[in-house]
Amino acid sequence: MAVARTTVPVALPAQRDRNGGTRRRRPGRLVPWLFLAPALTFFALFKFWPSIEGLYLSLFHVRPYLGDQWVGLANFTRAFEDPDLRAAVGHTALDAAVQVAGSMLVGFLLALLLEAPARHVRILRTAIFLPAVTAMVAVAELWGALLFPGQYGAVNSLLGHLGVGPLPFLSSPDSALWTVMLVQIWKHAPYDMVIFIAGLVGIDRQLYEAASIDGANAWQRLRAVTLPALRPITTIVLILGMIRGLRVFTEIYVLTHGGPAGATESVVTYTYRTTVTGNDAGYSAAISTLLLATTILLTVLTLWWRNRREAD
Amino acid sequence: MTALGLRAPRWLVARRGGRLAVRLALYALVALIFLLPLWSMVATAFSADPPKLGEVMLLPRGISGTNMSTAWRLGMAQGLVNSLIIEAGGLTLQIAVSTFAAYALARKRFRGAGIVMLAILATMMMPEEVIGIPLYLVLGRMNLLDTYPGLILPVVGWALPVYVLTGFMKRIPLELEEAARVDGAGDLRIFFHVILPLALPALGTCAVFGFLMIWDQYLLPLLIVQSPRMTTLTLVVTGLQASQEQGEGVRLAAAVVLMVPSILIYLGLQRLFERGLLSGSLKG
Repeated sequence: MAVARTTVPVALPAQRDRNGGTRRRRPGRLVPWLFLAPALTFFALFKFWPSIEGLYLSLFHVRPYLGDQWVGLANFTRAFEDPDLRAAVGHTALDAAVQVAGSMLVGFLLALLLEAPARHVRILRTAIFLPAVTAMVAVAELWGALLFPGQYGAVNSLLGHLGVGPLPFLSSPDSALWTVMLVQIWKHAPYDMVIFIAGLVGIDRQLYEAASIDGANAWQRLRAVTLPALRPITTIVLILGMIRGLRVFTEIYVLTHGGPAGATESVVTYTYRTTVTGNDAGYSAAISTLLLATTILLTVLTLWWRNRREAD
Repeated sequence: MTALGLRAPRWLVARRGGRLAVRLALYALVALIFLLPLWSMVATAFSADPPKLGEVMLLPRGISGTNMSTAWRLGMAQGLVNSLIIEAGGLTLQIAVSTFAAYALARKRFRGAGIVMLAILATMMMPEEVIGIPLYLVLGRMNLLDTYPGLILPVVGWALPVYVLTGFMKRIPLELEEAARVDGAGDLRIFFHVILPLALPALGTCAVFGFLMIWDQYLLPLLIVQSPRMTTLTLVVTGLQASQEQGEGVRLAAAVVLMVPSILIYLGLQRLFERGLLSGSLKG
């Protein structure tokens, strides 16, 4: 600090000389930072500080009132050996993969069906987007009610008419995670649909006509024209979906609390549980830090991959 | 090209009848799958005759607001008021702070601009779910647990509106700004009188996204709220238990109240919403 203070009076006259008396320019250099200051303060206090705090805490055994105890990397070795966490990572990865693939597939089919600019189609498109804007808590409560496991449950009585079921849905460890995925796909598919429709609208109609003239049937046109044109959008939907999938919490916590028998425990619900019940913030911080590192790694990898492909 | 192009329509016309029927059937199926569940929630919430345990109705048996008033008594009033307070404070601050930052990033050339943008985008990887536990400890140190600021301040800094607004403001022609500068306007004047009015559509987009983002908060209040006085709507909805007499009616009534504002905002500002969805996601 002392060094900085002594250099300032020296630097100021020098700058004034160089600018040749244009006194308006010096405050001008501060202007962008003044406009940025409020946002940067919020990001620093509520994003970066907690992230760094998490990294720091992960090196301690956190004990309220007793003082924290330095444990080095013990929380991380514990994390790598924790069978419950390993199971949670497995559920999270499976859930991310299936819900992203499922939403994209359903969203793509919806886009093909509802691409037309006609008015009634636009109304339908608006209507089926409603699940995507509804709060996840409301969606989860709704499906929790609809998927009531007994034969009187709404979905089960519907399936009963078709001669199927009654299915246990969320109440059985074998089907709970798959049921959660269906709910996620129901909510996210309309979102992917809108993005795919934007991609479809951008495709040159003449390409379709040219393909038809060459004798291509609908399936061949889809493979030769539509899918290649949508590839960049698909990449982005995929990345956003995977990152969203890694931090899944609300729908699982509301629908199953991670149960039955831990069958739907995700990384974040597990972290939450270790904090609330295990009362070990240091260990939770270590898991959170690993999750953050994984997210950053995945993002950097995909960006690098995208840049390399664009360069090709 | 036009002569050859005529072929395609003729080929379509031949099969139109059958294709249209299939299309309409698919439309109906899609509408059923995505809308019927939402409708059944409303029907059950307003049914006068309570549903049996596990039952969700397609048609209400008599219409009444009993479920709604029961939910209202069981904390929904407090939750709704608090959620609206958090939404008003959080959204106002979020939009204000993001607009100021976007002005600097889009209209000024300065050393460090690239790093600032990168840092802001990096926060995309730090949502509440990832940094929740340390955020809770940090808020505790600031004495903000179980307070409105504790629920409002963490949602203010969000990379998406900064990103969307920066992209939008970059496209405003420089001449407009220069004309004002020649007339002697300073940065604040240019910001409020030139850039801000032109950025209004993008501001609307950000408001829709910001509303939904703040309205849907769940983990943050779950960690921070400790007294019933501070409860939020999402906590009330998940806190209500299905009872033997009322079944799911009361909880679904609260869920309807949680759903309606988002849907109204979306339907009211739909055009802005779709534009933002594309500018936000297509460009990564």
